[in-house]
Formats: sequence, structure tokens, C-alpha cells
Amino acid sequence: MVRADFDRRLEDLEAELLGLGEMVEKAILKSMDALKRRDLAIAYEVVAEDDLIDEKRFELEEKCINLIATQQPLAIDLRTLLAVLHIAVELERMGDYAEGIGKICMIIGDDEPAETPQKLDQMASMGLAMLQRSLKSLMDRDTDLANDVWDSDDEVDALYASVCHDIFVEMGQNPKSIEAATHFLWVAHDLERIADRATNIAERVIFVVTGRIGRYKPPESTG
Amino acid sequence: MQNQEPILQTRGLSVYYDTKKAVTDVDLDVARNRITAIIGPSGCGKSTLLRCFNRMNDLIPSARVEGQVLFDGLDLYGHDVDPTEIRYEIGMVFQRPNPFPKSIYDNVAFGPRINGFDGSIDEVVEKSLVRAALWDEVKDRLKASALSLSGGQQQRLCIARALAVEPRVILMDEPCSALDPIAALAIEELMRELSEDYSIIIVTHNMQQAARVSHYTAFLMVEEARVGFLVEFGESRQIFTNPEDERTEAYITGRFG
Repeated sequence: MVRADFDRRLEDLEAELLGLGEMVEKAILKSMDALKRRDLAIAYEVVAEDDLIDEKRFELEEKCINLIATQQPLAIDLRTLLAVLHIAVELERMGDYAEGIGKICMIIGDDEPAETPQKLDQMASMGLAMLQRSLKSLMDRDTDLANDVWDSDDEVDALYASVCHDIFVEMGQNPKSIEAATHFLWVAHDLERIADRATNIAERVIFVVTGRIGRYKPPESTG
Repeated sequence: MQNQEPILQTRGLSVYYDTKKAVTDVDLDVARNRITAIIGPSGCGKSTLLRCFNRMNDLIPSARVEGQVLFDGLDLYGHDVDPTEIRYEIGMVFQRPNPFPKSIYDNVAFGPRINGFDGSIDEVVEKSLVRAALWDEVKDRLKASALSLSGGQQQRLCIARALAVEPRVILMDEPCSALDPIAALAIEELMRELSEDYSIIIVTHNMQQAARVSHYTAFLMVEEARVGFLVEFGESRQIFTNPEDERTEAYITGRFG
């Protein structure tokens, strides 16, 4: 096999990217856990651990740049490396949203009376599932799955609109809740952005496989 | 392909050396005033294909050509075509710079002189050297031997020599493989400039060079059953980022075979 060393380094790089994905997943889960349980210790952890996510992203970026500079990748190799670069940034930004939720937990404190809207939890679950599926679509080079992730984003957007509506209604009915409700609006926003970023990852997977930038629409079936 | 008639076309082109096939049934359109790269593994027939474009294969007694090579519609292998005339229109630059053991001036003046050119040879020499981006380096020593120049300068001199007879097409067979990277980049830069006025076909082993310099790329391959057949042809930016054929992909990513 020619280029065995390069192939191995590409594989390692992708494995590390998936590792970064797991770190981000965990951060999102923990941030929502902290929010629901008003657990400041967990919130602190999420905020502190974001530095590790940032570092990992820079490390991946550096490895990509090294491979581009030393291996002169073309075609599928070039697309893969560019996608890894891009996806590492997307993941890092998702980590920032989890950190954002962690910080909101810290602002709310542990004696906040208002209950966390359940739909936020639902948004988080959907975003996490999208993240997992987008990374799986990368591993399997599966454009169908990547397209599914894209479709799911509409559902998250709809849920976001619905959460916002609920929060506005609550604000109107109960002016004392406005401060807490504003925090929840921010959380909803962060979760909506997490889903957007998962969609961007799916978009990159389609780029890796097809070379097309943007959503891939398979030719209409005639059967 | 750009919206212009191609300057060169091959139709069902095959080349044999005795009974051995070197190029198989190639249909290729060469764009006008663009650079077309021919890439492929050793022995895939790319130099043989290149040499069909100005009938250099005629110089090899065992070579035989089937099919057509059309130059602006004219069949280059037609009975009434004089290959020498063709080589003025379709010049060639080789792998190793091959200046004549004469002065810089005489190298460039050579073609116009034997061609019976009746204008100012001085002007032709200057114009050709300027176009080949060599003038500033040699204008004060035109009588010096061409062999006193560096490799990169010699190759630019060979390009100037080809330009002096006002060709329309320049064929380049690995023009940078004997040069250091800086001299090679200078030739590439020159090729891009020349492509505004000339159509250039380059054979190169250097994929990065093909990607950098060419507008279009043709990938030739050799298999057990077939030799020198065209696998894929397209815009270079597509070939090098998203080739359609998996054999092209395997070759340009260095995983061939």
C-alpha cells in the first residue's frame, strides 16, 4: 500500500476528531444536567473543561495544517482534511454553547425557584442526537444520514420557536419570572445553535463524499 | 470546456511502435489559449500522445499512427501536410534544456533564419526573449554561449527559441523535471503568461505542477489489457479536488496500484 503512513495519520486524525466530538457531547449533557438540578459544581466543571475542548481543537487544526503542508493532499484526501479542519471548529463552537449554558447556571444560582422548561431538555436531546448522527455519517461516509441530520434541524427550529413562545407567555403572565425566563431564552438559543452546528457538520460530510459544497440532493428516483 | 472551438482535437487516436500499442483510441479536445496537462504513470503513453501533436513520432521509424489529429480542423496526418511546417506552428520544449552550442542570440535567431524570415532578426530575438522572461538577464551578453546559462535560463531560452517562429501551440514534455524548484516555478509563471496568446500542452509527472499551472487535465492510464487510454479529462480544479473516476482519484492521491 503506497502512502500507508499518510493513511494512518488521516485515520488517527479522524479518531481524534471523534474524540473531540465525545468531549463536546459530554459537555452538552453535563450543562443540561447542571441546569435541571441547579448543580453549580457541575456547571463549574463544564466551564473549566471547555479549555480542554479548545486545546483539542487547536491541536487538530495544527495536525491538519502539517498534513496539508507536508503531504500535499489532493481529491478525497484534501476534502477530508478540509472537512476535519472545519468540523473541529464546529465542535469547538458547540462546546462554547455548552459552556454558555454552564455560565447561565452559575448566574441563576442554586436557589432559583423557576422550573426549567421541559422543552429545553427535548431540544438538548435532539441536538445531541444530531451531533451523534452527524459524526456517524462522517465515520460511515453516509450522505443519507447526513441529509437526515439536515432535516432534523427544521424540527429543532420549530421546537425553538415553540419554547420562545412559551417563555414569552410565561413572562406576560408572571412578570416576576422575567429574569429567569430571559436566562432560559438564552439556553434555548444556545441549544438551537448546537443543532445548527451539527447541520454544518453534516454539510461537510456531504462535501467529503461528493465534493459538493452545500446540501446534496440525490437525483429524483424514477421508479 | 470553454466556449471556443478547440485548437487541437484527437479522434480515435492510437499509436503503435511496431506491433506494440502505446496509445489507445484517444479522443481529446485541447482548448485554445489554455494550458492542458497530460498526466499519468510511467509508460502510459503521455509523451507519445504529446508527440502526435506535431508529428514528432514521424522521427521514430517503427511508430505508426491511427485515427486523426485535427489542428483547427486540418488533419495533421493528411497526405499533403508537411511535418516541418507543422513544427513551426506547433513548437516543442523538451525535458532537458537543449540549446544549440551557439550564442544566446543565434539560438533564438536560428528558426527565423532557416525559415527565410525577412524582417529584423534583432527585433524577433528581443521580442522572443522578452516573452520568455529572459531578456533582462541576457540582454547585455547576447553573444555569450547559451551553454553558459543556468538550467532554468537555458529552458527559458529554449522557450524563446520556440516562440521566435511564432507558433500557435507549444508542447512541453516535462519541461521542469531537470530544474530546481525556483527555476521550475519561474517556468510555470511564464507558462501562465504565455497561455494568454498560445495554447500549451504539458506532460508532467509532477501532480502539484499540473494542479498549479494547467486549466485542463487529461489522465492517461495503462492496464494489462490496454495501454495509453484516456481515463478522465476535465477542468483541473475538478480533477484535483473531485475527480469522477476512482482510478484518477487513486492516481492523484498517490494510491495507485
